[in-house]
Amino acid sequence: MPIDIDIAHVARLARLDLTAEELDGYKTQLDVILDHATQVQSLEGDPREESAHPLGLVNAFREDERRPSLDRDEVLSQAPETKDGYFVVPPAMETE
Amino acid sequence: MTLHELTIAEAGERLRAREVSSSDLLEAALDRASRTEAQLHAYLTIDREGAREAARRADADLADGIDHGPLHGVPVALKDNMCTRGVETTASSQILAGYIPPYDATVTRKLKEAGAVIVGKTNLDEFAMGSSTENSAYGTSYNPWDIGRVPGGSSGGSAAAVAIGSAFAALGSDTGGSIRQPASLTGVVGLKPTYGTVSRYGLIAFASSLDQIGPLSRSVQDAALMLEAIWGHDPLDATSYSGSYPNPSAALDDGVSGLKVGVVKELAGEGYEPAVETAVSAMVDKLSDAGAAVVEVSLPTFDIALSAYYLIAPAEASANLARFDGVRYGHRGEGATTEKLMARTRAEGFGPEVTRRVLLGTYALSAGYYDAFYGQAQKVRSAIQEDFSRAYGSVDVLVSPTSPTVAFEAGARVDDPLAMYLSDICTIPSNLAGHPAISIPIGLDEQILPIGFQVMAPALGETVMFQVAATVESLAGFAERPVLEELAS
Repeated sequence: MPIDIDIAHVARLARLDLTAEELDGYKTQLDVILDHATQVQSLEGDPREESAHPLGLVNAFREDERRPSLDRDEVLSQAPETKDGYFVVPPAMETE
Repeated sequence: MTLHELTIAEAGERLRAREVSSSDLLEAALDRASRTEAQLHAYLTIDREGAREAARRADADLADGIDHGPLHGVPVALKDNMCTRGVETTASSQILAGYIPPYDATVTRKLKEAGAVIVGKTNLDEFAMGSSTENSAYGTSYNPWDIGRVPGGSSGGSAAAVAIGSAFAALGSDTGGSIRQPASLTGVVGLKPTYGTVSRYGLIAFASSLDQIGPLSRSVQDAALMLEAIWGHDPLDATSYSGSYPNPSAALDDGVSGLKVGVVKELAGEGYEPAVETAVSAMVDKLSDAGAAVVEVSLPTFDIALSAYYLIAPAEASANLARFDGVRYGHRGEGATTEKLMARTRAEGFGPEVTRRVLLGTYALSAGYYDAFYGQAQKVRSAIQEDFSRAYGSVDVLVSPTSPTVAFEAGARVDDPLAMYLSDICTIPSNLAGHPAISIPIGLDEQILPIGFQVMAPALGETVMFQVAATVESLAGFAERPVLEELAS
C-alpha cells in the first residue's frame, strides 16, 4: 500500500508550527519509515488480541488517603507566566 | 587498581574497612570527570556541591555506625530524564532548558535512601529518542574507546561515564535498547529489568508501555546491587508490579550446568558484523563447555518487531509529549492564541528526531489509520509474546548479540533514520514483551571496540538471567578499560 501522508494535517493535529520546507522534509522521511512499518501487516497465523500490560496487570487501586501534594510555589516557579496562583496563557480564540 | 576503576562491591569493602571514605570515592570520580569531560561530554550537569554534601553525610553516617547498604557512599550518575528535585532536568531537550523539578523521581529517592551519592545528570538523545546521543540538544557524547565514535544511545552519557570512571554506576532508561546498546558499545554491563518492576514515577515519559529504568555498571554483581536498590512496588506508578520479586544476587556463583540456553536464529546473518558474530559464537561454545545445553531457537516474529516498535513507540510518544506546551514549565514561544503559542513552542522546542516521531505517532493514531498501524502493531506485539512463551517452554534463557555492530562513527547514521533504528534490532523484542534482558561485555574487535552479549529471560526471570550473565562475565574475563588521552586536571 503506497503511503501518502497529508503532512500539514498531521502537523496541525500534533500542534507543530512547521514551515512548508520542514513539512516536505518530514513527509519524505515518514513515507520511508511507514513503508517499512507496513511489514506489521504481514503478520500470519490466527487473529490476536492487542497486547496490554506484559504481566497482565489490569487495574491498580490504592486506599483513598490524604497526602501532601507538591508545593504550589515550587511548581509555579517553573511556569513561563503566572498570576495569583494560576498559569497565564493568551486567549483561546482570536480576538480581533 | 585506582579508585575510579573499582566496582561497587570492591568500593564497599574498602569503605567498610575504613581504607577509603565516600568523599575519596567522589573526588576520584570528579577528578576523572574533569580530565575526560572535554572529550566525552558524558554529563549535562555535575552537581559538585550536592554530591560533596551527600558524601560527607555518608561518611558521617558510617562513622556513627549507620550503614544504608551496598550503595552507601557510592558515587552514581542519573540519566537526565529522571527528575532530581532542585537540580536541572532537561531530557536533553531545548523545551526543558532550565527546568528545575519540584520533586524527586522514585529512583532518585531510592538511591538517596540507599546512601548513594548522586554525581550528576548524564547526556542522552532528546527524550531518549535515538541510538547515539547525537539527538541531544546539548551536543553529542563520545565513546571513551574511540572519541571519533558514538557511545550508543539513548543512555550514552551514562554508559560513557561508567566506562571511563566518572561514576561507579549509573541509571539509564530502556525503551527499545537504550540501556543495553550503549552498554554494549562502551564495554560495560547494562540491564533492562522486567517491565513494571522499577517505578517510572519521575521518569520523563517516552513510550509508557515500553519504558523501563535500569542500571549500567562495571560488573554483573554491581547491576544486581543497583537493581535491588531501585526496584519494588510504587503506588505512584499505576503499572508498578506488586507481587513477589526475584532475587538477582541469589545465583551469581551457580554456573550454567544443567541450564538450557537458546540461541536466537533470527538475530544473526545479514547486517551483523563478522567480529560480533564470531565473539558471540565463541561465548555460546564456552557456555556449552561450562555445562549448558545449547540449542538454536527460531522466533520468526522478531523479523517484524522493529516495524511494530516504530509504530508503538512514536504513537505513545506523541501522546506523552503533548504535555510540553509552554504553559506550566519549560520553553514558551510567541502566539496570539493559546493554540498558536503551543504550536510555536513545540516547533521551537523539539529537535528533528522528536518532531519526526511525534508526527509519525500522530499519523499512526489518527482517524482511518489506527487499525492498519497502531492496532496491527499491538497484535504483532502479542505474537512476539507468544513466540517468546513458546521458546521459554524449552529453554531457560535466550542469547544473541546486543548490537549488530560495534560503536559506529559519529555522523555515520544521522541522515538515515531507518539505519539508526536498525541499531536496536536485537534489543527491541524484550521491550515489546516486557521481559528482562542484560548486556555483558565479552571482548574487543580488531579496532579495539567492545562487543556485547545479550541474555534474555522471561518476565520476572531475573534470577536465572543474572545466573547466566555472571557466568558469561566470568567466562569472558573481560577486564580491559578504555585508554583516553587525559587532560591535566
